[in-house]
Amino acid sequence: MPSLKDLRNRIASVKATQKITKAMQMVAAAKLRRAQEAAEAARPYSERMGSVLANITQAIGGGGDAPALMTGTGKDDVHLLVVCTAERGLCGGFNSQIARLARDHIRRLLADGKQVKIICVGKKGFDILRRDYASMILERVDLREVKTLGFVNADAIARKVIHLFNEGGFDICTLFYSQFKSVISQIPTAQQIIPAGIASAPAEATAGGNAVYEYEPEPGEILTDLIPRNISVQVFRALLENAAGEMGAKMSAMDNATRNAGDMINKLSITYNRQRQAQITKELIEIISGAEAL
Amino acid sequence: MAEAFQFELVSPERLLVSEQVESVVIPGAEGEMTVMAHHAPVMTTIKPGVVTVKTAGGKEERYVVFGGFADIVPAGCTLLAESAVAVGDIDRADLARRIQDAKEDAADAKDDQSRSKAEQFLAQLTTLESALMAA
Repeated sequence: MPSLKDLRNRIASVKATQKITKAMQMVAAAKLRRAQEAAEAARPYSERMGSVLANITQAIGGGGDAPALMTGTGKDDVHLLVVCTAERGLCGGFNSQIARLARDHIRRLLADGKQVKIICVGKKGFDILRRDYASMILERVDLREVKTLGFVNADAIARKVIHLFNEGGFDICTLFYSQFKSVISQIPTAQQIIPAGIASAPAEATAGGNAVYEYEPEPGEILTDLIPRNISVQVFRALLENAAGEMGAKMSAMDNATRNAGDMINKLSITYNRQRQAQITKELIEIISGAEAL
Repeated sequence: MAEAFQFELVSPERLLVSEQVESVVIPGAEGEMTVMAHHAPVMTTIKPGVVTVKTAGGKEERYVVFGGFADIVPAGCTLLAESAVAVGDIDRADLARRIQDAKEDAADAKDDQSRSKAEQFLAQLTTLESALMAA
């Protein structure tokens, strides 16, 4: 049975923890709003990019001059996995969910006898995947120093991927990130970015009607310029969604922690009060029985 | 007064402009072009340069863009820029850094094709810089 002093100390420490989790929750809420705004602001670009791409692929009609980034190498022996996670923990199952999806994917690929390479964006995913697949990790992109996620960060990652592709380092590239659905639900997602899966999109390319476009320079050339840019945009979007998701997950995790701390304080205070009462009663009995004995 | 049309300038980070305008001058890869309402559908890549927007209200706004492409249809014009800022907000240090990068690219280029590409890009940047200095 802990003494009264022990209980008092524990209550004080849980209270301190609660203050911290509460502060973290509020910080996460503020950051979440900013991250959400950033994600929303980036949406028009990727949407327009999508429709332009659909449009131009339609114009080319899958002709021979489509760049390799779009058509792929025709093989699927070597897979590159770009796993985007958060840089920090304390956000519930956010990081482990993404890592689990990536791990399942890796296991499946390995079972099929494929070769797997990994690029980790974010520290947490790296830490998790390093345990099992350290030899496959090519690189770890550190975004810890980055205060506000810019397009340049995404561009740098995309450039690395494209460079690797041009050297024949892999055949298929899949991006792992968490889709931000709402504050309480983030869906880990795998998205193939190379070869780009745009072929299915043309149906919605109606913005310009069926007008005959003039291309300056040639469609093929525009496409070679466009596809790498599209990959950067995809990566950028993934990073933004991740940032928003991380903050959402952190917010709800910290909310839970604050509530748990509250419950714990309640429980401890009840025990504390009971024990104090018991002690008082005991002392009273001692005094009374002492007086009676006289 | 010329007829107005919808113009949008979008960078990956945000939507910069979305309004009714009279005309837009775009630094296309194959030369500058002015877009007005009912322009024939064109898709073009753009080089680093200045986009001049004349709004329906008669105001003139200028933006610096670094590469990207434009999608022009009769009903409107969408400019997807890799990075775009209003001329007034341009950061000279940033521009200088880009030029430095381009110089290094040109120096590092392995084959003739990529070198000429890098040099072309560098030339476009320096032209842009001198144009801005003059302004």
